[in-house]
Amino acid sequence: MSRTVDKDRVVIRIAGDSGDGMQLAGGRFAEATAVFGNDLVTAPDYPAEVRAPTGTVRGVSAFQIHFASRDILTPGDTPNVLVAMNPAALKSNVDTLESGSTIVVNDDAFTKRNLVKAGYDSNPLEDGSLTEFQVHRLPMTSMTVRATEGIEGVSSRDAARAKNLFALGVLSWMYGRPLPVTEEWIEQKFAKHGPILTANLAAFHAGYNFGETTELLDVQYRVKPAALPAGTYRNVDGTTATALGLIAASVTSGLPMLFASYPITPASELLHELARQRRFGVRVIQAEDEIAAANMALGAAFGGQLGVTATSGPGMDLKAETIGLAVALELPMVIIDVQRAGPSTGMPTKPESSDLMMALYGRHGESPLPVVAAATPAHCFDAALEAVRLAVDYRTPVILLSDAFLANSSEPWLIPNIDELPRIDPRFAQGPNLDDDFLPYLRDERLARPWAIPGTIGLGHRIGGLEKEDGTGNISYEPENHARMTSLRAEKVEGIAQDIAPLEVDHEDGAELLVLGWGSSYGPIKAGVRRVRDRGGKVACAHLFHLNPLPANTGEVLRSYRRVLVAETNMGQLSRLVRAEFLIGAESFTKLEGEPMLAAEIEHEILERL
Amino acid sequence: MAVNTHNHMSGNGSGSDAATFTKQDFASGEETRWCPGCGDYAVLAAVQEFLPELGLPPERVVFLTGIGCAGRFAYYMNTYGIHGIHGRAPALATGLAISRPDLSVWALGGDGDMLSIGGNHLIHALRRNMPIKILVLNNQVYGLTKGQASPTSAFGKVTKSTPFGSEDQPFNPLALALGAGASFVARTVDRDRRHLTQVLRAAAEHPGAAFIEIYQNCPIFNDEAYAVLTDKDTKDAFQIRLEHGQPIRFGADGERGVVQRPDGSVAIVEVADVGEQDLLVHDAHCADPSRAFALAHLSQNVSAPTPVGVFRSVVRPVHGESSQAELQAAHETVGPAELDALLHAGATWTVN
Ligand code: SF4
Repeated sequence: MSRTVDKDRVVIRIAGDSGDGMQLAGGRFAEATAVFGNDLVTAPDYPAEVRAPTGTVRGVSAFQIHFASRDILTPGDTPNVLVAMNPAALKSNVDTLESGSTIVVNDDAFTKRNLVKAGYDSNPLEDGSLTEFQVHRLPMTSMTVRATEGIEGVSSRDAARAKNLFALGVLSWMYGRPLPVTEEWIEQKFAKHGPILTANLAAFHAGYNFGETTELLDVQYRVKPAALPAGTYRNVDGTTATALGLIAASVTSGLPMLFASYPITPASELLHELARQRRFGVRVIQAEDEIAAANMALGAAFGGQLGVTATSGPGMDLKAETIGLAVALELPMVIIDVQRAGPSTGMPTKPESSDLMMALYGRHGESPLPVVAAATPAHCFDAALEAVRLAVDYRTPVILLSDAFLANSSEPWLIPNIDELPRIDPRFAQGPNLDDDFLPYLRDERLARPWAIPGTIGLGHRIGGLEKEDGTGNISYEPENHARMTSLRAEKVEGIAQDIAPLEVDHEDGAELLVLGWGSSYGPIKAGVRRVRDRGGKVACAHLFHLNPLPANTGEVLRSYRRVLVAETNMGQLSRLVRAEFLIGAESFTKLEGEPMLAAEIEHEILERL
Repeated sequence: MAVNTHNHMSGNGSGSDAATFTKQDFASGEETRWCPGCGDYAVLAAVQEFLPELGLPPERVVFLTGIGCAGRFAYYMNTYGIHGIHGRAPALATGLAISRPDLSVWALGGDGDMLSIGGNHLIHALRRNMPIKILVLNNQVYGLTKGQASPTSAFGKVTKSTPFGSEDQPFNPLALALGAGASFVARTVDRDRRHLTQVLRAAAEHPGAAFIEIYQNCPIFNDEAYAVLTDKDTKDAFQIRLEHGQPIRFGADGERGVVQRPDGSVAIVEVADVGEQDLLVHDAHCADPSRAFALAHLSQNVSAPTPVGVFRSVVRPVHGESSQAELQAAHETVGPAELDALLHAGATWTVN
């Protein structure tokens, strides 16, 4: 009989060939884990190629999940458990494991041929190279085939394909995950394919029962539910959260959404997600190119709709001129940049937060605009709403920065109360604003101009990229007017600093070092700081959700620490910004490996400075 | 939508209310700044004079332009308008037209704007059959940047950027539009007000994308490029009027005509040689674009007798039409309850 061991937190990595259904198995495990009540963060790791040769290291697809009985912030640095469905999956992940970790392999896949494809000279399961780990060899393929034998309409190939569900069953037993969540999902997903449904259920149960009845796995782990704040939760990735945030903004503002986008990794998922939401009035158009996508969103904005476009770095390059036009037109528009490693095509599937300077300054002329950055997968919801709020209130394009990690990673999301969502009021112009005249560039107290949409009687006006006369919006090349308009556009954006939350500091008495972050470095910084504190170190941290303008108290906060360390996955873009803005000697920790930062790296950087 | 004024489902293009508007209602009063004698003046005047026919108030009409001399057009119309960036007017227009089917949306640009830097948007707007009217003012030269070759400049054309003569073959704009699947393709000339107006009218009535090439004279950098089509002495010999259902013939006494050869191409003949019965009868509604394509190739840059008029006008699904009702209904019915359900979709759990 197996014994039960309590654990605070576990990191599992499940890896296999890209055709082995690893993302599906991982995603299902995450869902059951979420429903069970653990806090969790997931991170998929796809191969760069769509169809890399099977069985090779290049073709390995992995899914990592970190779950715990307390709140956690990252997908975990190193796995405690590796499930390897073939030799290549073992090979590409074994070096990340710490001594004593558990490895579960699909023994059937360790054939001579697969070993060669993975680049092994000898079988690691037999040559003694894994002695520092606890290795469990499970013949998953053959057990799955056996479990599905006799199901009419299921070929042995179909049967073998269900081995990911066998693995999921084993993991579900090992960690006491609730079965119904997965069973219901299988029933729904394969409702139209009776035999496959039966086979998948059989495989899943076989894996679970295998864990329960064999002596091979001697330990069952218990990770108790986490004490998260009260409320209703669901598990979301950043893509879903962004889509939901945009839809929420559309519904609450009454602005129908036009989402125009050109396929690009890793932003395409958002296109797919929103394309399914017609019943929420979301119109999606797949544009002919990135430039068109931006112009379509802007055209819709002129028409009084919520114009949104999404892309990644290369697409941002192409959209720059249109974003500049939106700055000049002073129309609301949201541009989402799901950042990836650059330059050029770079590493399309790999995260990197290196478009900050481009978002801030990547247009010709003086063309300031607000920049908002999402910090965690669930935070993408708030960030999207905030981007829309600023765009509409200030009649300006807003860049929302996300990245490949946030888009694909998932975590529990405390579903907000609809009534507590920010109010977004389009405040369309309804009539003349200066006696009997309508001046399209007459500004309100926020320095925002009126949004007068076609169809409104008497407010017809022509606007364009040429410099405009203050107030009337007529073309003007007058020197003083250009100086005035340039500062008005800048002041409008700067003024937003009064309309956003101040920079909040997670301070600790005696801390002299502040770690400052933005974007997806949120989780690793928080976790790294927590580890240092657990060891008695004194350190503070703060995170920027607005990159332009910066919260009004940013300078004050940064100057109140003896040392400031800025951690980001680029060559130090934010650190340069705060040095220039506040004349402080900010230090910089950077990482450019196409991988998220790790809590251990932050911990190390902090300890070096204490 | 929170604004009180528009009737959403009246469709793009002509309206039904009999309100009377005049040319003045469509003129912004802004001082026009094209060079004296520029063909753009004639186009502007024709457009302003024609628009009242639509019965739409000016606030329901939108002009979107790109960069180039023609880009200024937007400022001179007393409608809503955007003078956008170079080449992107069809994309701006797409975003507007798709979200506001109650508007009459016009995109306008020159040959450089629409066929060079903006070529991609043009062909895709036509392919999608967006409900927008696209006017290409083709003067075969870059005017605003002061006289470089354009994508419609003739091979060998000497310009500032091609001092030894252009080494590029020009686009045939109509053939390009037809190749892109345009449902409405026409050509007209700036100096022929009546014909220009007829073509505008046909385009406005067309449900879907309309592509109109307007031969426009640039007296500064490419003067009289189309003179043969409008000069008294040459007009009859060079202008071939296409009229749906009519045999294609031209010349002072209709002595010349167009026939289709067995290989599908078309040729100019003396009517006396072939007989009237063998002349090609123009069918703008023909589903197959081949014949329109052949007609488009009769002449390049008015080097030979040149057809003007509506080459093609066929009805096919307009982008956005099929989803409009569903989206509109969604927008009217979806509220907090539906949003709440969406946020709670999938597996949820509650922490007390
Ligand atoms: S340069 Fe030519 S096209 Fe431009 S405004 Fe002058 S005449 Fe017209």
